[in-house]
Amino acid sequence: MTDTDHRTIVSCSVNGRRRDDVVPDNMLLVDYLREHIGLTGTKIGCDGGECGCCTVLVDGRPRHACLTLAAVCNGTDIETIEALDRSGRLNALQRGFNEKLGAQCGFCTPGMIMAAEGLLRDNPDPTEDDIRQGLAANICRCTGYVKIIEAVQFAAAELKNEKTGAAA
Amino acid sequence: MEFMPDFKLHRPATAAEAAKLRADTEDALFVAGGTDMLVNVRRGIEQPKALIDVTAIDDIKSIAEDEDGLHIGAGVTLRDLATNELVQRDYPAVAQAARAVAGPTHQDYGTVGGNLCLDTRCLFYNQSEWWRQSNDYCLKERGEICHVAPGGKRCFAAFSGDVAPAMLVYDAEIDILGANGELRRQPLTELYRNDGLNHLTLEPGDLVTAVHLPKSLAEQPSAYEKARIRGSIDFPLAGAAVRLVMDGGKVANIKIALTGVNPYPQVVKGADTAIGKPLDEDALDALRENVRKQAKPMRTTTVAPWYRRRVVGALARRLTAQLAG
Ligand SMILES: Cc1cc2nc3c(=O)[nH]c(=O)nc-3n(C[C@H](O)[C@H](O)[C@H](O)COP(=O)(O)OP(=O)(O)OC[C@H]3O[C@@H](n4cnc5c(N)ncnc54)[C@H](O)[C@@H]3O)c2cc1C
Ligand code: SF4
Ligand code: FES
Ligand code: FES
Repeated sequence: MTDTDHRTIVSCSVNGRRRDDVVPDNMLLVDYLREHIGLTGTKIGCDGGECGCCTVLVDGRPRHACLTLAAVCNGTDIETIEALDRSGRLNALQRGFNEKLGAQCGFCTPGMIMAAEGLLRDNPDPTEDDIRQGLAANICRCTGYVKIIEAVQFAAAELKNEKTGAAA
Repeated sequence: MEFMPDFKLHRPATAAEAAKLRADTEDALFVAGGTDMLVNVRRGIEQPKALIDVTAIDDIKSIAEDEDGLHIGAGVTLRDLATNELVQRDYPAVAQAARAVAGPTHQDYGTVGGNLCLDTRCLFYNQSEWWRQSNDYCLKERGEICHVAPGGKRCFAAFSGDVAPAMLVYDAEIDILGANGELRRQPLTELYRNDGLNHLTLEPGDLVTAVHLPKSLAEQPSAYEKARIRGSIDFPLAGAAVRLVMDGGKVANIKIALTGVNPYPQVVKGADTAIGKPLDEDALDALRENVRKQAKPMRTTTVAPWYRRRVVGALARRLTAQLAG
């Protein structure tokens, strides 16, 4: 490609599916996901890095899709909220947010759940403080956070049960 | 999608290529994690024709120890810095400062190099395009006057990185790779100048590749603390790092550095007058007053300068008292 050609080929995996796309160099990951692929679960809540609504997992770690260029994701594994349910069954965090009323308007929820997913993969048995710290980059204007923390605690307990259940 | 300038993205695999590209390409800027640069690009503060992404350079992503000390690549993420056992054990203020940057997601991909080279910040600058436009911009970017000090020709935007002061109290040095391929080592203090418009001494093409923390100061007690609006995420209104060694009830060695209260991260002058004396209340008060005198916050945040000056003195005093035990 020449220098006037401001496009890059991105080969990545999105929610387990391999993709090869030509993207403009200035395309943000959040626009790639929402506009190019049509995965609108990931939300945009601010003009960059303030709110956490756009949080997705890149190679298993939380990242702001609104501050990440799509072209930089070449060779990575991207996971969005759409990937979490397994054949229609909600995952533990989704069940937690449902059971504990962790979502009100729901706008922060996809980012909140992806940040929590990153947290639980790293630390399956978080204290309340770990959860508060782990979700500190995510803002919720509705719940006051208490219900969100309970939702993550619920999910952590479910995951622990599933594990011991499977072992028994 | 809002305003996004059209730019070419380069992803060099070596530091040498990155430095050369940056110098040879018109209107090019480096981007690492992008947690500051891409915010500024999206707001139209920066309108580069090319971005040189440095995250594909594997050589600048590791932390290594040898007999001289700890060598931290500029591409190391703040999370890796904060969780590194050697950093936690030998240079605790550095780990604390990394953990105090923004929120956990930013720490996950924000880098050491990006944190040290962070642009200065101001209430009138870190705003959307329409906000700045309706205010006729300002000296720092496109405008004619400074809204903070309208009479003058200086910019007082505050350096607001958390990690620099913590590294400064350990006499950190940095490696810079120039566009000519030459690698030079210099004290971290020399990366900065007291000018909000142009606070970095880097030439176009200069890439910071590593930070070195000396072995001779390893394990000396230190701490970092900042004041911010929301404890979860915000930039420092004021921050202080202190390294303190006591010997027989007297100060053997002390260094204090500040952030958020000047256009550059600053080592407090005259802190060493405490050396050889006990840290009684009078000595701690004198230390606090000395810090307050050197902090020169301006009206660059929503929080008043007098408060930031008071708080930075209080932080330095409290950390020193805590370290003294
Ligand atoms: C909501 C929010 C809150 C934040 N809060 C804080 C905070 O509390 N404290 C804080 O310190 N920061 C904060 N930040 C800023 C930022 O997240 C961090 O400073 C981060 O460490 C920047 O690193 P980066 O790799 O993302 O830098 P980038 O944004 O990629 O780059 C920042 C600057 O450094 C230059 N640069 C990057 N690497 C190099 C290199 N190797 N050599 C030369 N120049 C280089 C770039 O050209 C750019 O000018 C916040 C950001 C957001 C969005
Ligand atoms: S201190 Fe003045 S010139 Fe500098 S960013 Fe603020 S308003 Fe602009
Ligand atoms: S949309 Fe707000 S942090 Fe990305
Ligand atoms: S549920 Fe409305 S913002 Fe969180």
